[in-house]
Amino acid sequence: MTLTTKLLGSKTLAALTAPHGVDRYLEMFNPMWAATEVRARVVDIRRENPEATGSAPVATLTLQPTSTWRGHRAGQYVQVGVDIPGTARRFTRCFSISSAASLPGERITLTIRANDEGQVSKFLVSEAKVGQMLHLSQADGDFTLHESAATPTNNHLVMISGGSGITPVMAQIRTLLRDGYDGRANRKITFLHFARSEADQIFADELAQIAEADNHIDVHLRYGDQTFSEFELRRLVPDFRNTDTWACGPGGLIDLVRDAYGEENPRLRVEFFKPPTIAAGNAEGEVSFTRAGETAENTGATLLEQAEALGLKPEFGCRMGICFSCVKTKTDGTVRNVLTGEESSLPDEEVRICVSAPVGSCSVDL
Amino acid sequence: MPCSTFRRPGRLAVAALSVSKILENMEIGHNVMHGQYDWMGDPKLNSRIYDWDNVCPGEQWKYSHNYIHHTFTNILGKDRDIGYGILRMDEDQKWHPYYLGNPVYAFLLMIFFEWGVAMHDLEVENIVKGTRKMEENAQLHRGIMAKVKRQALKDYLLFPALTGPLFPLTFAGNAAANLVRNVWAFNIIFCGHFPAGVATFTEEECENESRGHWYYRQLLGSANITGGKLLHLMSGNLSHQIEHHLFPDIPARRYPELAVEVKQMCEKYGIEYNTGTLGKQLFSVAKKIVRLSLPNGKPKTSPDATASTADETAAA
Ligand SMILES: Cc1cc2nc3c(=O)[nH]c(=O)nc-3n(C[C@H](O)[C@H](O)[C@H](O)COP(=O)(O)OP(=O)(O)OC[C@H]3O[C@@H](n4cnc5c(N)ncnc54)[C@H](O)[C@@H]3O)c2cc1C
Ligand code: FES
Repeated sequence: MTLTTKLLGSKTLAALTAPHGVDRYLEMFNPMWAATEVRARVVDIRRENPEATGSAPVATLTLQPTSTWRGHRAGQYVQVGVDIPGTARRFTRCFSISSAASLPGERITLTIRANDEGQVSKFLVSEAKVGQMLHLSQADGDFTLHESAATPTNNHLVMISGGSGITPVMAQIRTLLRDGYDGRANRKITFLHFARSEADQIFADELAQIAEADNHIDVHLRYGDQTFSEFELRRLVPDFRNTDTWACGPGGLIDLVRDAYGEENPRLRVEFFKPPTIAAGNAEGEVSFTRAGETAENTGATLLEQAEALGLKPEFGCRMGICFSCVKTKTDGTVRNVLTGEESSLPDEEVRICVSAPVGSCSVDL
Repeated sequence: MPCSTFRRPGRLAVAALSVSKILENMEIGHNVMHGQYDWMGDPKLNSRIYDWDNVCPGEQWKYSHNYIHHTFTNILGKDRDIGYGILRMDEDQKWHPYYLGNPVYAFLLMIFFEWGVAMHDLEVENIVKGTRKMEENAQLHRGIMAKVKRQALKDYLLFPALTGPLFPLTFAGNAAANLVRNVWAFNIIFCGHFPAGVATFTEEECENESRGHWYYRQLLGSANITGGKLLHLMSGNLSHQIEHHLFPDIPARRYPELAVEVKQMCEKYGIEYNTGTLGKQLFSVAKKIVRLSLPNGKPKTSPDATASTADETAAA
């Protein structure tokens, strides 16, 4: 195996297939053969909330990645590229891995909520079939645990999640349990999850088992209008502000959690499925999308949002600055990276329009 | 190649490799690198990533072709594709005894077409003239050499070596396939740009050019080749050079559909839609190459030099 991968990744082979990559040829013989790219075959699809009435269906896809998969740490996500039939194009979206940490080549699962108006999630949940090939990136993200069953400490941990934000947190719990975490470790985990209703609760059976077992993991499930409150959290974990916490869920939940933990609390780590809303900056001047011939007042929102507001449909993937599928050339003006606040005014600069907001007038080749 | 030449499996292999190289360069490479398939979101077919099986680095070609040639199409002194800095392809290029060799240079360019395209950006003729400095080429040169090395390594060393004792045969076969591709590409491209009736423009004419005039210039500056589906496919649909110049980033396989309307527009406004069979266009190009090797190669009738202003309203 390793010899094959070594051979496939070798310079000699690359020279033979130049100027195209080795993968271009391997794929023709077998979609599961890859030298550098990562692809995965869907080997199982399971509906997680068959009873759900209030919210969209959620399904867990089990994927067998190619041998190029380098494995992942619990809490990380992958970019998934899907060729949607009938569109002849590939869409890329991020999904957290819901299974326990994996080693190279090992299977992983993704748990996906079908977004009603969404293109990718709906396809993956309701149309993808076992056998379907997906394109993957290597795992990325630092919403990861530094604890493990193998590094005993007696830290108390807090996990807070809402809706499908449970996926990376679930991966962390599963990893700890799989690797021998048990009641004798004397390390407590307080797991607080918010779902719309009992029928919408995914992983319900597994969560019930975890709650019952002697493992020092306290599971608290809240439904409907039992929303997050600092008061409740304080009751569960009096010293929560000084407790390592992982939180993932909808923007509203994260905002409440952030308020509770206070400004820039290093103990709180959050993961976003949607980019955080950032106060719009300087909104003077005009924004021009030169290719489309559209110009409008700068609203201070990101270039992607401003383009969409004008009815344009630029390509995007993650909408949070990680996948680079929205890169366009800014031909004129200054943009601010809404994640870092950095401004740049280089002409003909390639910018990720999903995280770039114009500062004053700005033109984009779009 | 006629069928009678497929007597030996080696010939068949060369033919297959030639076809594959032609398809890769023309229908895939040229069109993908124009960004025609960027919308697919497939990194392998993305213009920012794709590089073709050709000694000219895709990165440089995209600048000289996508930007220079497609923006300044047929503007003398700006579009370096007119004559590739070697040939006299237009009456308005000043004659010089050097151009007596026009047919010979054209023949050599055809044989070594991929090398001609690769050297294109180095503007060697301007260095000879002293209007360009050697240092300006350093970066380009490095890019070309890296690509040349990789291409030569695979075509002329690694693949032949893989066939062991057949090394010389494989070597020759690969060289032959590259040659066939060069000849074919050269001919398709010359038929799209230089048959009789294709207009060229001066820089003054195109100063402050309107968008409408840009389209008009593209129409007058290109020529099509008529033929069957196979011809269109093997030419990367550059047999629809007119449509390609008008809409360079539309998937090329759509050009036949577009052509219907473009032709109607031309008829409506009385603009020449330059088209003909491969044979006719080839002959026309060859004639031009020979005629322009001599001084005062002025055509008897010059319909387009004046047409460009007369029909301006039509373009708008
Ligand atoms: C790090 C990370 C991890 C994630 N993990 C998970 C996970 O584990 N599970 C999970 O289910 N999801 C996860 N997501 C979210 C996921 O990536 C997708 O955003 C989600 O599935 C929706 O994708 P979609 O293609 O179905 O919808 P999209 O097609 O992207 O649409 C999303 C929304 O945008 C709107 N929209 C789409 N196009 C336009 C337009 N042109 N103009 C205006 N509005 C538009 C739609 O109406 C819809 O409401 C994660 C996201 C990130 C960034
Ligand atoms: S959409 Fe992913 S970087 Fe912008």
